[in-house]
Amino acid sequence: MMTDYHTRCPHRARWSLLGLALVFGLVLSACGGAAPTPTAAPPTPQAAAPTQAPAPPTQAPAAQAPQVTSKEFNLYAWSEYVPQDLLDAFSQEYGLKVNYDTYSSNEELLAKLQAGASGYDVIIPSDYMVTIMANLGLLEPIDLNHIPNFANIDERFKNPPFDPGNKYSVPYQWGTVAIAVNTEKVQQPITKFADLWDPMFRNNLVVLDDEREIIGMALVVLGYSKNSTDPAQLEAAKQKLLELVPNIKLYDSDSPKTALLSGEVIAGVIWNGEAALAHQENPAIDYILPEEGCGLWEDNLAIPKGAPHKDAAEAFINFVLRPEMSILITRDFPYSNPNKAALELLAQEDPEAYQAYIGFAATNPPPEALEKCHRIVDVGEATTLWDKVWTEVKGGQ
Amino acid sequence: MSERHPPGPGLKLYAVLGFAYLYIPILILILFSFNVSRYSVAWTGFTLHWYNELFRDRFVWEATRNTLLIASVSALVSTVMGTAAALGMQRYAFPGKRFCEATLYLPVIIPEVVMGIAMLAFFAQMGIQLGLGTIIIAHIAFCVPFVTLTVQARLHGFDRHLEEAAMDLGANEWTTFRRITLPLIMPGVLAGALLAFTLSLDDYIITLFTAGPGSTTLPLRVFAMLRQAVTPKVNALSALWILVVFVLLLGVQWLQRSQNVKRNA
Amino acid sequence: MSTSIQTTDDRRQTTALRSWSVFRLPSSVRETPGLVLVSPTMLWLVVFLVIPLALIVVISFAARGQYGDVVYTFSLDKYRALLDQQYLQILLDSLWIAFLTTVLTLLLGYPLAYFIARSGTRWKSLFLFLVLVPFWTNFLIRIYAWMILLRSEGVIAGVMKALGLMQGVGAQLFGLIQLYTPGAVLIGMVYEFLPFMVLPLYTSLEKLDVSLLEAAADLGARPWRAFLRVTLPLSLPGIVAGSILVFVPAMGMFVVPDLMGGAKTVLVGNLVRNQFLVARDWPLGSAASMVLMVLTLLVTLLYTRRFGFGEELRV
Repeated sequence: MMTDYHTRCPHRARWSLLGLALVFGLVLSACGGAAPTPTAAPPTPQAAAPTQAPAPPTQAPAAQAPQVTSKEFNLYAWSEYVPQDLLDAFSQEYGLKVNYDTYSSNEELLAKLQAGASGYDVIIPSDYMVTIMANLGLLEPIDLNHIPNFANIDERFKNPPFDPGNKYSVPYQWGTVAIAVNTEKVQQPITKFADLWDPMFRNNLVVLDDEREIIGMALVVLGYSKNSTDPAQLEAAKQKLLELVPNIKLYDSDSPKTALLSGEVIAGVIWNGEAALAHQENPAIDYILPEEGCGLWEDNLAIPKGAPHKDAAEAFINFVLRPEMSILITRDFPYSNPNKAALELLAQEDPEAYQAYIGFAATNPPPEALEKCHRIVDVGEATTLWDKVWTEVKGGQ
Repeated sequence: MSERHPPGPGLKLYAVLGFAYLYIPILILILFSFNVSRYSVAWTGFTLHWYNELFRDRFVWEATRNTLLIASVSALVSTVMGTAAALGMQRYAFPGKRFCEATLYLPVIIPEVVMGIAMLAFFAQMGIQLGLGTIIIAHIAFCVPFVTLTVQARLHGFDRHLEEAAMDLGANEWTTFRRITLPLIMPGVLAGALLAFTLSLDDYIITLFTAGPGSTTLPLRVFAMLRQAVTPKVNALSALWILVVFVLLLGVQWLQRSQNVKRNA
Repeated sequence: MSTSIQTTDDRRQTTALRSWSVFRLPSSVRETPGLVLVSPTMLWLVVFLVIPLALIVVISFAARGQYGDVVYTFSLDKYRALLDQQYLQILLDSLWIAFLTTVLTLLLGYPLAYFIARSGTRWKSLFLFLVLVPFWTNFLIRIYAWMILLRSEGVIAGVMKALGLMQGVGAQLFGLIQLYTPGAVLIGMVYEFLPFMVLPLYTSLEKLDVSLLEAAADLGARPWRAFLRVTLPLSLPGIVAGSILVFVPAMGMFVVPDLMGGAKTVLVGNLVRNQFLVARDWPLGSAASMVLMVLTLLVTLLYTRRFGFGEELRV
């Protein structure tokens, strides 16, 4: 490759090139260290956001929240889940630098934490993952006295079964996993998961890259528990899924709406928030809660053990629970919001958006559907069995 | 080889197709970075909007800084260590030389994913926090052998008489090295350095396993952007990257040509 | 990545046995500088490469705790688990794709390298430069470029539809390489690795002495014959180097199947990654890595034994 090239080139030119690159690199990295706060951040959100987005709040932080002395804050969350404006507002108000790393699944979060990726201050695990992490001693207990805005959460979501007393977690968003359909391309009505096995969907589905949700779907279709540990039932689910595989065009937990919107697929099993975003862009995309019962999940803010900036972590959690901050989440990532005060604020400030939120099944599932929903619960030892099934399903072409 | 047997028309056609295959995707990528539509399917108008968004993306800038820092440090350290190693390997016999050779070849013959997870496991067991430091350590580890091999290639045909002459004239080992050897092997050293720099700059897999909070690199960032709702912002980033590479290589070409001209004048 | 693969020019190293001993003290003043020069590098590599790899070997014999932690025992369970049909299938798939990628890049790259080697000196540097630019560009960007082209409603589909080709055979052909198919994965892989093949091939071909070809022609050989009997064998070192540079990384590749294959194709690289970053079965992942490494080494060794390690290559 290059030696022929470079042997003809005198060393001086090479030297200057390398020197240039080194200097360039060092200068840029020095620049980075200079600014304590991200003043290079994009201009305040008003320009881009709809009118309901408020300016960074002028009210003082809640009286009981501890003083934040940290200069940095590390957030580890799902991709496409925390609005940039929210992070910028937080960073400006508390004068610290915000880092936002992402993961695509609860398992990946756990894997990274177990592998020693420490240094994160706030993570956003789902319900069953909170239980697992608490059992593994991976979470710091949260002092609710430091989080006065916890009062804004709807009573329904306080004291959940997976974390009694909210010892380790505070609700972030909740939602469902169900069917999204492009009604322009799919004429017949779809009412249950089982419909997706129809040959008309051949190579036309997107599904989440999430073993608990998808194997769980097959189990539910077969009438078993979504959290079955029975090898026979899992085997049956595997066979059922292998029948679905020819219909699956791709697995995507990060941004399944893209495949729907770009016409790669005509239907899929995706998160409600993704479906809502797709629907906003293309109203023909509908969200169907299946007869067998959709998947139900709740995501929570939690603090990993050994978080280097615990004060910032608690401040962040409290910050996110402010109504005017919470509606930023709903604006950007329309999942279901457990923050009662936020929804009330939304109804006041932007009735149109509020109606859209209330009216669409993705953001506001009807109570009948919620009764049939299936939560995910940790399967303990059977996890290896589930993993094996998943590998086999994905490998089966 | 060249002038007396120019390539035939069939071969020329093939070359055109070959370069087209190499470049059409890149050109389309760049083209759509100026597209109004979010989807890179049909041309709907010219805009610089995505470049604007790109410049406002703090994470991209941070990632760029990290990447350049990592690449610079890795290239520097691995060049120094690698050159020393090359000299040692090429000129001396010592116990354990075969072992050294085998170790040097390891990164070439081991798939990156294995190297990545090995380092992850190692850092996890040692309780070392993942971050810029671990990335740099990992990068140096896989860059050094390439530097060594490159410099060794250069040393292979080296004429030792020059060194011997210098020493006969009274220079000690270090001076001989500094004034005679180093300048003569410098092209190889710099080639190795550039190679190390490129390898580090471009690395995704090993970095994926050794990165920690706040230590995103550009490849990691691009991958994250690709996994989310893809907008032409990625196109804009790619276009800029290609432009920088193009200009750099062009600069190298130009420098080389002007030096050649000077030499022949 | 490039490498110069060389046989040590010191043939006196038939005293191999002696050289293997690390524990012998340097017996002469001449040996010490060598050790000193090499030690920083060796130290670094041993600590950060050899020891981690040894750790992986150890973990491959361990067991997985209930929550994905590593329980250190000695057991062949994970290796035995890998003998399961699905994993063997994954291994075979990886071998097959890596093999196909290597063959395709060789077939596609050889004429290109030949063309560049045959061009006039002025053009040569231009063409080399053109081949280098994609090589220097980040590979994820290159993959993304192909994703744009291969989407089912992407650029290629659009062009084909406009030309009325999107029916019958045309549609079928497109269906083979459309995004999220194995065909797309292959296209992505070949695109990735083409420069790695072209550059060593070019280096080898460029050294070819034209007079040999002229001699062959004088002796009555037709161009094809001359190619097969003269050019091809002499470019063997380039072929070997390029093949290794493509095959080895291709075996462990998981990014391309993830992005271009819609996370549907599970190759060994994906398996290893998943075991470490998702399923948290480190012992299984380690065992799979071991198998991957051994397999890669075996194939490389067999290949070089058959076709020779080649002379020293200045790549």
